[in-house]
Amino acid sequence: MATLQITNLHAKVAEEGGESILRGVDLSVESGEIHALMGPNGSGKSTMAKVIAGHPAYEVTDGEITLLLDDADVADIDEDVPAEMREWDLLALEPNERAALGIFLGFQYPAEIEGVTMTNFLRQALNAKHEEREELFEEDDDADVDEDDEAGYDTSPMEGEADDGEIGVAEFQQLLKGKMELLDMDEKFAQRYLNAGFSGGEKKQNEVLQAAILEPSIAVLDEIDSGLDIDRLQDVSEGINALRDEQGTGVLQITHYQRILDYVEPDHVHVMIDGEIAQSGGADLAKKLEDEGYDWVREQVYEAA
Amino acid sequence: MSSNEDLKDTNTEARFEFKKEERSSFQAEKGLTEETIRVISEDKGEPEWMLKRRLRALEQFQEMPMPTDWPGQPDLSEVDVNEIVPYIRPDVETRESVDDWTDLPEDIKDTFDKLGIPEAEKNALSGVGAQYESEVVYQNMQERWEEKGVVFCNMDEAVQEHEDLVREHFMTKCVPPSDNKFAALHGAIWSGGSFVYVPEDTVVEMPVQAYFRMNSEGMGQFEHTLIIAEEGSEVHYIEGCSAPKYSAFNLHSGGVEVFVGEDAHVQYSTVQNWSKNTYNLNTKRALVEADGRMEWISGSMGSKATMLYPSTVLKGRGASDNHITIAFAGEGQNIDTGAKVYHNAPNTKSTIESKSISKDGGRTNYRGLVHIADGASNSSTSVECDALMFDNESTSDTMPYMEINESTVDVAHEATVGKIGDEDVFYLQSRGLDDDDAKQMIVSGFIEPITEELPIEYAVELNRLVELEMEGSLG
Repeated sequence: MATLQITNLHAKVAEEGGESILRGVDLSVESGEIHALMGPNGSGKSTMAKVIAGHPAYEVTDGEITLLLDDADVADIDEDVPAEMREWDLLALEPNERAALGIFLGFQYPAEIEGVTMTNFLRQALNAKHEEREELFEEDDDADVDEDDEAGYDTSPMEGEADDGEIGVAEFQQLLKGKMELLDMDEKFAQRYLNAGFSGGEKKQNEVLQAAILEPSIAVLDEIDSGLDIDRLQDVSEGINALRDEQGTGVLQITHYQRILDYVEPDHVHVMIDGEIAQSGGADLAKKLEDEGYDWVREQVYEAA
Repeated sequence: MSSNEDLKDTNTEARFEFKKEERSSFQAEKGLTEETIRVISEDKGEPEWMLKRRLRALEQFQEMPMPTDWPGQPDLSEVDVNEIVPYIRPDVETRESVDDWTDLPEDIKDTFDKLGIPEAEKNALSGVGAQYESEVVYQNMQERWEEKGVVFCNMDEAVQEHEDLVREHFMTKCVPPSDNKFAALHGAIWSGGSFVYVPEDTVVEMPVQAYFRMNSEGMGQFEHTLIIAEEGSEVHYIEGCSAPKYSAFNLHSGGVEVFVGEDAHVQYSTVQNWSKNTYNLNTKRALVEADGRMEWISGSMGSKATMLYPSTVLKGRGASDNHITIAFAGEGQNIDTGAKVYHNAPNTKSTIESKSISKDGGRTNYRGLVHIADGASNSSTSVECDALMFDNESTSDTMPYMEINESTVDVAHEATVGKIGDEDVFYLQSRGLDDDDAKQMIVSGFIEPITEELPIEYAVELNRLVELEMEGSLG
C-alpha cells in the first residue's frame, strides 16, 4: 500500500518574483482511500496537483513530497527491493519518473495531440512506464547498461524495435478493450487521436481510462467533474470507484462541488484556503461546505491566526 | 585515367570530405564551359540533339540572374558555379566488387547505425557495396514489367534505348531550361536519374523505387527523372532514400518531369535527407491531362538551404492534384519549400497540405502559388499549412500566393503556426514518457498525414530520421 506524504509544502510560480501559491500544505493519501480536496477558486488546489506531478511552471521552495511503497507496490519488480528503495523523494524526480512510481495526474484540461491514436499513445505510455520502473529500481551498478542500445533497432526497421518485454499490440488491444468496456466507452475511441475533438465529457472519461490502464498507486484528479452532464458524471464516478475497488488506487479528488461526492464517497475531505489545508474531516464536511460555503472556514483560519 | 591523382589536383578537401574518389574513372573540369558540356555528352555517347539541348540550356543559364530578391529567400551567395565539378563517372570496373562501406564518412555510418538499418540495407541505401544486389532485385521487377511494356531504367540508358520518347518529352513541354536558372543549369549538366514509362491502361501495382540507384550513377547530383504515364495508367514512383545521401558537391540541382495522361494516376513520393552543406535547388513539375490525378508526397530534410516547389499544371478538364509536403529545419538550415498549382481547365481540383518543423534557430518557409485561370470554372483548391516550432530562436513563414481569375471557384486557405506546447509535453510526461519521447510523439503526430501515405518502411524511416534530427544526433 503506497502512501503519498506531503509535508509543509511551499511552492511559487517558477519565475523571478513569481507569486507564492502553496504556503505549507500537509496531506497524506494512501492507496485505496478517496480524499476530496475542496476550496474556493485561486486557493491553490490545481497548483498542488501539478506540483505533485512535477510541472515545471512551479518551484517548490520548502517542504517535501514523499512516496512510500510496500511489498505490493513493487511486486512487479523481479528482484528484491531493499528498504532504502521503498521511499522516494518525488521532488528530485522527473514527471515521467513520478508516473513510473505510480503517480497519476488527471487533468482538468487535457492536451489534445493530433496524429497520435489513443491506442498507440496508451501502449507507448504503458511500455514507457514499465521500462522506467525497471530503471528506477535497478541497482546503481547496472544503471548504465541500457543507455547504449537505445540507439537503434536490433532488427529490421520494418519490424519496429526489438521486443524486450514490452506489451505487444494484440495483447494491449485486449487490455484496452476490457478497460473501455468497464468504462462504457465506445470502441471507436481507440482509433481517435488523443483528446483531439473530444467533448469535455469524453476528455474526462479518457483521463479515467488512462488511470485504469496505467494502474497508478495514487491518482490526483483535478476537477474531473467539471463540465459533465449527469449521465457522464455517473460514468466517470463509476470509473473512479473502480480505480479504487479493483486496482486499489488512492484518489485525491479536487472538486468544487458536492455532487460528484454523491457518487464517489470520500473517506476524507480537506478544505484548502490560501495555499494551506485549513480544515479536514469526513464526508460530512463536504456537505457542510455545500450548504454554507467557505466563509466559515476562512473565518476560523483568520481567528486562529 | 587514374582518378585519385586528378581529384587531388582539382578538388579541395572541403568538397571531398570522404573517400569516394577511387571509384570514379572520369571527371570533368571544374567550372561550367561549353567544352565541359561537350565532354560530358561525348563521354555518355549522346546523340547530337541532346548535346544541342545541353548547350542551349547552358546559354540560358548564363543569361539568367540568380534569384535574390524573393522575400525571405535563402541566401545563395555561396553558390558559385565556377566551383562546381559537374560530372564524375564512377568506375564501372570496381563498382560492383568494392565494398566501400568502410570508406563512407563517419557521420554517414553513424546515421545508418542510429537508424538501425541492417548491413545489407545500409549498403543498398548508400548505393555502394550492395549495388550488385540491387540490380538483381531490379532485374526481377523489370522482367515482370517488361511483359506489360513498362520501362524503368536509368535516364542515360533511356536516351540511348528510348530515344524517341525522351526526345519528345525531355525538358521540352514540362520543365524547359528557360523555367529558372537552376532548371537551365540542370539542363546543361544533368546526369543519371530514372526513366519510367507506363503504357496505356497499365497499372503497376507495386511502387517503383529508385533509391538504390541514386548514388550509383554519376553521383546523381543533377539527376533527371522523367515519368510518362499514358492514358488510363497508374504508377507510384518513390525516389531517394531516407538515409542521408552524401553530397559530393555542395549543390544539388535535380529535375523531375511527370506526364500524367488522361485518366491516369501518378504518385511521386520522396523522402530525402541531404548533408548539411548542400544547396538543394530542384525543379519538379507534372502536366496532367483530363481526369488525370497527380500526387506529390515529399519529406525534405537536411541541406543548408532548399528551394523546392513541386508544381502541377492541371491541363485537362477534371484533372486533380494533391500535394503533401513536410520540411524539417535545424540549426543553420533554411528550408524554403511549398507547392505550385495551375488550374488551366474547368472542374479541376487541388489540395496542398504542408507541414514544417523548425528547431535550434532553423528556418522554414512555405511558399505556395495557386493560379486559377480565367475559364477554369468550378475548380476548387484547398491549402493548409502548419508550422511547428521548438523554440523562440526558430522561425517559420507562410507565403501563400493565390491568383484567382475565375469567379465560380472554391478557394480555401488555412495556416497555423505553433510552438511545441509545454503543457502538451508535460501531459505526456505525466503519463510516463520522458521529455524526448514526449516531443517525438508530438512531432510524429504532426507529420502523421505524410507518414500514413508512405509505404511502411519509408514511414518508419521518416519517423526515425525526424527523431534523430530532434536529438541533434545527425549532422
